Amino acid sequence: MNIVVLTKLVPDLVEELAIDASGAALDLAFARWIINEFDDHALEQGILLKERGGGTVIVVAPDLDGADDVLFTAAAKGADRLIKIKGDFIAANNHALARTLTAIIKELQADLVLTGVQAHNDLDGSVGPMLAECLQLPYVGYVSGVSINDGKSAIRKEYPGGLLAEMEVTLPAVLGIQAAEQPPRYVAVSKVRQAMKDFHIEEQDASDLDPGGAPEVGRMFQPEAASHAEMLTGEPAEVAEKLVNLFKELGVL
Amino acid sequence: MNATEVTERSFYAKVLEATPSGERLKLCLECGNCSGICPFGYLMAYPPSRMIAMLRADRFDKLLETDTIWMCVSCYACTAVCPSKVPLTFGLMTSIKEELIVAGNVPAELHTALQNSQRYGNPQGESPRKRADWAAGIQPEVKVLGKTKQPVDVLWFVGDYASYHPRVQSATKALAKILNALGVDFGILGPEENSDGDSQRLAGERGLFEMLAEKNGKMFGRYQFGRIITTDPHAYNAIKNEYPRLGISYPVQHYTEFLMERIGQLKPLLKREVKAKVTYHDPCYLGRANEVFDQPRALLEAIPGLELVEMAHHHTNSLCCGGGGGGMWLDGFQWEKAHVRLSEWRVREAMSAGANVLAVACPYETPRFEDAAKTMPGAEQLKVRDIAELLAEAMGV
Repeated sequence: MNIVVLTKLVPDLVEELAIDASGAALDLAFARWIINEFDDHALEQGILLKERGGGTVIVVAPDLDGADDVLFTAAAKGADRLIKIKGDFIAANNHALARTLTAIIKELQADLVLTGVQAHNDLDGSVGPMLAECLQLPYVGYVSGVSINDGKSAIRKEYPGGLLAEMEVTLPAVLGIQAAEQPPRYVAVSKVRQAMKDFHIEEQDASDLDPGGAPEVGRMFQPEAASHAEMLTGEPAEVAEKLVNLFKELGVL
Repeated sequence: MNATEVTERSFYAKVLEATPSGERLKLCLECGNCSGICPFGYLMAYPPSRMIAMLRADRFDKLLETDTIWMCVSCYACTAVCPSKVPLTFGLMTSIKEELIVAGNVPAELHTALQNSQRYGNPQGESPRKRADWAAGIQPEVKVLGKTKQPVDVLWFVGDYASYHPRVQSATKALAKILNALGVDFGILGPEENSDGDSQRLAGERGLFEMLAEKNGKMFGRYQFGRIITTDPHAYNAIKNEYPRLGISYPVQHYTEFLMERIGQLKPLLKREVKAKVTYHDPCYLGRANEVFDQPRALLEAIPGLELVEMAHHHTNSLCCGGGGGGMWLDGFQWEKAHVRLSEWRVREAMSAGANVLAVACPYETPRFEDAAKTMPGAEQLKVRDIAELLAEAMGV
């Protein structure tokens, strides 16, 4: 049972975002990269599956600053193999990522591919469905529970409005994880440091990072203030009177 | 290794590793003072003395099955009262927490703070690039050593809450202004400063503590300075007592010690009267753990118009604000268990002492006591002020 977990690194929103000179993309020259939150859940789900039913968890990450930390932390949590894909991923979109991952996942003979259902920088759609299309595999997104039995996977999928569905998928398949069955675990720094000694990160070259098929961003900008709000100023009594008049005007009093 | 597979023998080895006097664990007299003085001992399935009894009975596994160890706020009260000088806080309690952390048994709130400390070098998860933003507008400008690259007399280790917490920043700015008024040649590390790691260590994350200490040690090594001063007693404790064991050795003072050395120069600057009845809260890691009791009081008494009164618990007997040993990041967890806050207890004592100002010298305390006072009827009039704020007010800076 090969469980492949795909992790994407995304700009960390703790740092302020800046738009680059083109006005249509983020300036990522000084970005701090962090594992996509949903991918952290995908990893947790992968580890839980291994703990329950065995198997090999293989974690794949693009070579961005912080990828080694993501991979060694995954190993400390229980992953078995760590793969870093070498290439220029700073400006790569999800179309390019899905295409380049296709060959790598085929070679890994994955029975189950887990990925976060979305990421905050998915400007061209999320990576899971695209990857499933490239691999010609079934895809289920918004998954919040997985179990594996006899070459099939029973899946709990979330729908808007608080609905849940349980469905069965024949493996191999790609799943977009919305939430693992438990919050991603904490792993002690001493364990991560031990993993750095015990594990080796395998490196693979990315195939041509072809971004084709994605929509083009015309303009990227910070939310702009509009003038829809009228500020009522003055002494409290004046403001109260204005407010009452306003309510009367609007017909709510 | 499974948590329950940890044997008593290997746990003793761990305690020995954690503190040089770890072997004293075997000298427990079973007097029970530690469990009696523990502010949350009554809630623990195994308060310190009972823990030792369990260890002796070879029932170590039982200790790892409860989560009440997370009520321990590392206040050092048990250690200070122990007649056999057993290192209860650093040895026993912290080592049990370590076992739980390694086993992944971490309350969710604490998890976030530890993860943030790993990633951003501060438990709040703030941007490391903004660590010196508090200093904007201070004149003369606060030197950030990575920019000025000049030797300074004093490296001021500002710390997490003093750097980022909006309320505590007021005390940080006050101290910067005092240092400027005294003409002290000082600098800060700014974005290159990491959490001192002491509270993470006392919450059981030793690996994280070592990682943070190594990062700070590397930065200390990069610049030239005569000594370190700290705002935070936890940073003071770490740099004074723990960093040297990792090969990072520098002379360090808490800011109250540093200012007391300059009291002759400081006193003539304290021109404005501060008419207030003030009581001083000894921070656990300044007072009880490091026996700095007199300097903070002497600084307060140097302020004209100020009357200093003591609370029922003071000096070695001081109560904890509840923020130590990970308590700062376990408010929800501890509230669920206790339905009481240690900070409220302290605020009540300050009111009983007739004080209108509760003076503090630790960045954890201002927000903790202010929050407590907000929820307590009759405490609205009590102001919580850092000693640096009171000094700055008296100096008119």
